[in-house]
Amino acid sequence: MPIDFNDPLRPIRFWFRGEIRSVTAVSPTRSVLQWLREDEAATGTKEGCGEGDCGACTVVIGSRDDSAPEGLRLEAVNSCIQFLPTLDGKALFTIEDLARDGELHPLQQAMVDAHASQCGFCTPGIVMSLWADHENRRQAPSRAELCEALSGNLCRCTGYRPILDAAEAAWRTPCGKLARAPIRAALEDLAAEPSLHYSHDKAVFHAPRSLEALAALRLARPDARLLAGSTDVGLWVNKQLKELPELIYLGAVDELKHLHFSEEWLEIGAAVTLSDAFAALTRLDPGWQELGLRFASRPVRNAGTLGGNVANGSPIGDSMPGLIACRARVVLQQGPTTRELPLEDFYLGYQKTALQSGEFIRALRIPRYLGKPGETRMFRSWKVSKRQDQDISAVCAAFALCFDDIGQIQGARIALGGMAPTPRRALQAERALHGQVFDLRAVELAMAALEADFQPIDDLRASAAYRMQVARNLLRRLWMEYQNQQWLRIDEVSA
Amino acid sequence: MSAAVGQSLPHESARLHVQGQARYLDDLAAPAGCLHGAFGLAGIAHGRILRLDLAAVRAAPGVVAVLTADDIPAHNDCGPIIHDDPILADGLVQFMAQPIFLVVARSHDAARRAARLAVIEYEPLPPLVDIPAAQAADSTLMPPVALRRGDADTALACAPHRLQGAMQLGGQEHFYLESQIALASPREQDGLHVLSSTQHPSEMQQLIAHMLGWSSHQISVECRRMGGAFGGKESQSAQVACAAALAAWKTGQAVKLRLDRDDDMQITGKRHDFSYAWEAGFDEAGRLHGLAITMASRCGFSTDLSGPVNDRAIFHLDNCYYLDALAVRSLRLRTHTVSNTAFRGFGGPQGIFAIEYILDDIARFLGLDPLAVREANFYGEPGSETRTTTHYGMPVQDNVAPALVAQLARDCDYHARRAAIAAFNAQSPVLKRGLALTPVKFGISFTATHYNQAGAQVCVYADGSALVTHGGTEMGQGLYTKIAQIVAQELGLPLDRVRLSATDTSRVPNTSATAASSGTDLNGQAALAAARKIRKRLAEFFLLRHGLKPTSAESGARAPRPEFADGAVRAGEVSEPFASLVAAAYRARIQLWDSGFYATPKIHYDAGSLHGRPFFYFAYGACCAEVVIDTLTGESRVLRADILHDAGKSINPALDIGQIEGGFIQGMGWLTMEELVFRADGRLMTHAPSTYKIPAASDCPPILNVRLFENANAEPSIHRSKAVGEPPLMHGFAVFFALRDACSAALGHTAPLQAPATPEAILRAIGGLA
Repeated sequence: MPIDFNDPLRPIRFWFRGEIRSVTAVSPTRSVLQWLREDEAATGTKEGCGEGDCGACTVVIGSRDDSAPEGLRLEAVNSCIQFLPTLDGKALFTIEDLARDGELHPLQQAMVDAHASQCGFCTPGIVMSLWADHENRRQAPSRAELCEALSGNLCRCTGYRPILDAAEAAWRTPCGKLARAPIRAALEDLAAEPSLHYSHDKAVFHAPRSLEALAALRLARPDARLLAGSTDVGLWVNKQLKELPELIYLGAVDELKHLHFSEEWLEIGAAVTLSDAFAALTRLDPGWQELGLRFASRPVRNAGTLGGNVANGSPIGDSMPGLIACRARVVLQQGPTTRELPLEDFYLGYQKTALQSGEFIRALRIPRYLGKPGETRMFRSWKVSKRQDQDISAVCAAFALCFDDIGQIQGARIALGGMAPTPRRALQAERALHGQVFDLRAVELAMAALEADFQPIDDLRASAAYRMQVARNLLRRLWMEYQNQQWLRIDEVSA
Repeated sequence: MSAAVGQSLPHESARLHVQGQARYLDDLAAPAGCLHGAFGLAGIAHGRILRLDLAAVRAAPGVVAVLTADDIPAHNDCGPIIHDDPILADGLVQFMAQPIFLVVARSHDAARRAARLAVIEYEPLPPLVDIPAAQAADSTLMPPVALRRGDADTALACAPHRLQGAMQLGGQEHFYLESQIALASPREQDGLHVLSSTQHPSEMQQLIAHMLGWSSHQISVECRRMGGAFGGKESQSAQVACAAALAAWKTGQAVKLRLDRDDDMQITGKRHDFSYAWEAGFDEAGRLHGLAITMASRCGFSTDLSGPVNDRAIFHLDNCYYLDALAVRSLRLRTHTVSNTAFRGFGGPQGIFAIEYILDDIARFLGLDPLAVREANFYGEPGSETRTTTHYGMPVQDNVAPALVAQLARDCDYHARRAAIAAFNAQSPVLKRGLALTPVKFGISFTATHYNQAGAQVCVYADGSALVTHGGTEMGQGLYTKIAQIVAQELGLPLDRVRLSATDTSRVPNTSATAASSGTDLNGQAALAAARKIRKRLAEFFLLRHGLKPTSAESGARAPRPEFADGAVRAGEVSEPFASLVAAAYRARIQLWDSGFYATPKIHYDAGSLHGRPFFYFAYGACCAEVVIDTLTGESRVLRADILHDAGKSINPALDIGQIEGGFIQGMGWLTMEELVFRADGRLMTHAPSTYKIPAASDCPPILNVRLFENANAEPSIHRSKAVGEPPLMHGFAVFFALRDACSAALGHTAPLQAPATPEAILRAIGGLA
């Protein structure tokens, strides 16, 4: 369906407070948080940082998803970096939705009983993160799972112990869950409406619903900004005060949200969220799991997309080293034409990619590992940062080594982030390993070769010397894991 | 129940917090026509402003006014002690991002956008950014301070062993979740009402008056609650409050100024970072004979509270240890960075860090368990003849550190675990574990003696409900809850009959900052005094009304003492509901409200000689932490922490445990992952939570045991409790020294770990960085 610019402009429509709400006359880059606080006087949701890092603004978004209970998916996201038009066709829940007639939700009551709030400013966001987690589980989570659910919420007062206790206690209280079916039904009605072309004060927001419409729009509007999860673009608006006169939103294009496992590869649509993408990648190889839990925070993974992380092309984008190591290819589309590139060829320089005017990322294809008989593969993707959760890597490294039946390395792919202006392969180190038995001598040669591969820089996250040393040491760790040494990871030990 | 004191009652706002119904300043409905402010910030760290072209700012959409230093009618200053803190830079830029002008616009967004349109030309001057640069340039903000006891040189010369060392300790961003904010509204007859997120409403009032050339009674400042403060809203709230007030006065309209997080972090002061050089003399047991130390701190561009912060560092250099011959030199350095300020502990932690590091070094030098060396240096216990006077001349009469530490070491199985960790480390080449047990002794009172006063007002209304106002502010610590408990108990009322009103300079004047952990100690006593006066009147009236008061003819007979409990007043068989007694008292024209005042007794202190009794008492505690490090990456985890803490006779154990845990995690963050990085040109590179990392949920140790130490305060504090806001921050030291223990295990000898112990610092300390 070609784009029809004569489509009637219509309001942004979403489920809010038990009914469909229509909103007009707000800038397309007005954040959900600004709308809540300034237009709706719903001030329970707070602004702590305006960049999706503290979680005080956490809300829960409901969206159509046939694989979710009653067809409604519920996810915590940071409302400070979500633009209001991205709510179109979805449901918005805030802290004000939880208590009924003065009776606290069991999670809220558990927070009170456990003395889990002090200054209280982070509390609404924490409750919303826990509520989404609570709604999405059938069984009580482990302490580690609760920490993961809270990975996007900072509290400066309590030290978290009472919050974690409260979250555990809430599972011991019988608790009704949200009736999702009526909301799904209401969203179904919204889905029947024409796609959203929204405009206010000369700024335009398009939300095409099909790949075809997107491709046409992208060609017609090559200077418009593509918007996926807005976990980075949101900061351009909040922090750089950038004007974004025309946005093309990818989140309404169903074809971009598909995950497809074929015999040869896993195809991940460009608008698949990081949460879903890492779950799929982990099915492909468990070596993805650790990175999937450490990539940003849960709310950022719920909003952000794999395509966005790849397109953004940051030298510290955490998905790319693993994708490059796994020989991922990026599928680009321009009008009706598509082409494929190895991901490592997509990056031309610092924040410079091979995307041409009018072109967009349609999907990523990650080949399945189909080893020859007797061959084995070892894949690891590791991140090193100052903090365990929600931090930016000093170094992010991925290793994919294939071993033949006599233990010789037949193909090594090593890619690193944080070491160069783009995520990049360590070709010299790969060469040093190729054809070798993976022994101490080989690993030390590969470690030395890294010095020829990279000249990292000093910055606020780490010095160049630290980055290089850690990159080398991660190779050593890989070898130690290959040797099945124990006590290599700090998460393995307990007091 | 009316015996409220001592119970683990929830925070008075807890139900509001969890529903998003607790109103912070930015949540309040703005007055009609409210304007919004944003600062224009300097783009260099040091230099003269040659040209300030604000034409584009003024012309930007929605802009109503643009204010500069020239618009300030009386004093362009918001310094709490010394008048060297410009509200808006006037000609001279002294740190990167220093506010130069204030935009007032119709929306927050319009103000922020306009603020970036200024064209400013500078004559750049070289900036001094860090301690080494300031030391090399001899850039002092205040004269060095020295404190000596005995003859340190001789003691060093005669000691069986000598050791010297140097180390660094990083600063810390407060990272209160609610950034700085104020809303000023003009009132008639040249008045201003200011809502401010501040720990110090009276100082905001005084500084606004000082700026405008007004009298204090023209200005009222109010604060119901803050979304966190930690010392960062003691003096640092003033610039925002003054600027909002200036704009409201200039425009005649209400003006709200709320700092964006990045602006907040670049503009406001932080915990002082320190650098130390020392030499110690000691015996075979590790007992100190003499110590000479220089402590240098980065104060930033202005004085702010740096004087008392550095004084407190000197006072806390002893921690729990008797320092015999001592020579301390304290350098207060001027740099072209934000003006460092109060932060939970107020210099105390920086003093304690030094002595803990030194004792750790001594233990490792002698091959002794660091805990044994710590114990060898403790002050004498009560009743001892010797080792009981601090280096500033205050007797330590309440020393429970030895008993407390012994109990914790026993309870957490310290010695067995140390052996187990050594065994693990012997077999584990990559991961190394570490253990440390560190104590804390913290002096309670403002060192500025005159701050140790408080006022409160208790109103009992004719229906029997009570409203309390006091000079303290609520920043999450539970002060309002404790005050409500104290008043409810005194009047025998259920807690829901006692309500707290916002802290307001027009209800209680001349308040001190809610700081120095003293909020409950001071304001609790003042509220108690007020409630007690009302209770006394009601008791008399009750006796009269029920014919229980002995007449003069029966002189010698003792009047019964009415009890106030469970919402009723009773004496023997006679009982009456509190509300009905109050209703009758009102009709009988009995005064049902009163004020209370408190001034901490016993304290005195000579600022010149740094001698006296600056503290009413000491609070104690100890923490044992176990960690693991990854010698390949320098990453670490805290596996377990056990804390035993002295909160005296706790008024609310749950709130106190909340302070202890929160303080511990905040201290742990300071010493591990929280790293302030200033670029050579003075720009703070870690100015948002994306780059400045405070602990997250997964950083909370999986095993965290916190208990209160049974120990009623030896001094007559409020209900014999002890202040608990700051002392637990020092429990984070156990994590740092456990990390150092693990690093030393990896290195095979004493690891020169610096704070914060980031992964990079750990890798460097174990020699893993070329």
